[in-house]
Amino acid sequence: MKIDKNTINKIARLSRIKLDDKESEDYIKDLNSILDWVEQLNEVNTENVEPLSNISSSILPKREDVSNDTNSSGEILENAPDKLEGFFAVPKVVE
Amino acid sequence: MNNLIKGEKHDWEMVIGLEIHAQVKSNSKLFSSSSTKFGSSPNSQVSLVDAAMPGMLPVINKYCVEQAVKTGVGLNAKINNYSVFDRKNYFYADLPQGYQISQYKYPIVGEGKVTIDFKDGTSKDIRIVRLHLEQDAGKSLHDQNPSKTYVDLNRSGVALMEIVSEPDIRTPDEAGMYISKIRSILMYLDTCDGNMQEGSLRADVNISVRKPGDEYGTRCEIKNLNSIKFIKQAINYEAKRQIEILESGGSIEQNTMLFNTSTGKTRPMRNKEEAHDYRYFPDPDLLPLEISKEEIGKIKSSIPELPDELKNKFIETYKLSNYDASVLTAEKQTSDYFNETIYSDSELKNHAKIVVNWITSELFSLLNKNNQDLNNSPVSPENLGLLIKLISTNEISGKIAKEVLEDMFSSGKTARQIVDEKGLQQVTDQGEIAKVIDEVITDNPKMVEQYLAGKDKLLGFFVGQAMKLTKGKANPKMLNDILKQKLNKKN
Repeated sequence: MKIDKNTINKIARLSRIKLDDKESEDYIKDLNSILDWVEQLNEVNTENVEPLSNISSSILPKREDVSNDTNSSGEILENAPDKLEGFFAVPKVVE
Repeated sequence: MNNLIKGEKHDWEMVIGLEIHAQVKSNSKLFSSSSTKFGSSPNSQVSLVDAAMPGMLPVINKYCVEQAVKTGVGLNAKINNYSVFDRKNYFYADLPQGYQISQYKYPIVGEGKVTIDFKDGTSKDIRIVRLHLEQDAGKSLHDQNPSKTYVDLNRSGVALMEIVSEPDIRTPDEAGMYISKIRSILMYLDTCDGNMQEGSLRADVNISVRKPGDEYGTRCEIKNLNSIKFIKQAINYEAKRQIEILESGGSIEQNTMLFNTSTGKTRPMRNKEEAHDYRYFPDPDLLPLEISKEEIGKIKSSIPELPDELKNKFIETYKLSNYDASVLTAEKQTSDYFNETIYSDSELKNHAKIVVNWITSELFSLLNKNNQDLNNSPVSPENLGLLIKLISTNEISGKIAKEVLEDMFSSGKTARQIVDEKGLQQVTDQGEIAKVIDEVITDNPKMVEQYLAGKDKLLGFFVGQAMKLTKGKANPKMLNDILKQKLNKKN
């Protein structure tokens, strides 16, 4: 797989990151060298091997359905750049 | 049944599939201990996990998993011992993580089916593709301020079950019946409160149109409909829109639509750029979810009687029609009410059909008119039973009984009290009825002449007159019989 200008622009847009030309050139170079390095894995024969999504053999820990009643709004909104009456206020989302 | 819609040029068939989002009835969220209570003050039920603070890790709610399995069993579906949580990535102001934890390739529940029942006694199976667990997003308010959107994260992280159907639905009515059936099953199972107004149950509708027998057409998806009425309206509008495009030689562009509830129209979402590049991948914060056969067995054995089983039992035990039985079992409170009524008197099981009619037509219309719910009906099942007993033993006529029910509804008195107080007992004394009929015959000699000359329709007139004189209390059958006898004797 090769990362080109179009791909980098698409990834940047999906990530909501603005890149100037210099930056996108740098990322193209970085990402390509990372991908090249990972490509080495293709040399291993993985036929009939299930993809591994997790290396831990432990079991998913579960919790009981108990709710806590602490009102969180003060803490949650503390870092918000803009808020109103307990709501986050963000630039208008048009839909 | 003809399910086709007429276009300008030829007939069209709708092909519809639903994705239903049902909020799991639980105390706390899917991956955090915040409360799920509806209507609390904004951002008061948001943990650091729900707000996606760095370093926070999700821990799954055991009960939500059980609720999903339970629902799967209720949908006659395959329960998967192994399922995986994936990240569905997209940017939105009410999604603090930047991704929704969902299930993609390995859902917790696989193929199933539900049955919908039509008025004419037939029924149809709608196949289920899958059910998976996922997080809900927060809530955005767009219309409060011209330049701001307000965000409340209370709903962020609440557990949802997404139930996906095959495109087996062919009409707006079927879509309505399907979602009603799903709602009914969820409510019997108690895995979702079914409250569509509060958004606990909402649906995305996929719809395309085709000439009968053709391949499926290109579909559009209408997002986030929260009432059965809107679902039907949106389908009707969207189908018409697609047919108009196709008949004028155009083609359908696959699109995500929004439905405007005040205009009744659909329109494409404006922001569709990259809309479908969700870049799913397994969530590295969560191990695969494994459920043992024993656990599934244990959940299966805890499942209550479901609407279809109950329906078959009602048909079998009380000889009810398929449709009557399905109306009765659509909501748990209705079948509970019916059971309580029937059990209130051992005689009533022989009059089940009358009991059904009195609940589903008379009582329901009174409740509707007064904006009340069956759960707090002013008429208790025992009292309704008593009323029906008075009808079945011919003590009062059906017509009088309607009046009595209205009185019971407003005064809270029993049928017995009302009938005694108002002297409403049916007149079943032959002599008394005959006397009234004689009076009617003597008073209307001309009509009698016409009747005897062959104007049979006048019988109704005589019955009406006699009923009037007895204030509606004469036993209708006896009245009819004696009247006919007397008139024919004149001949």
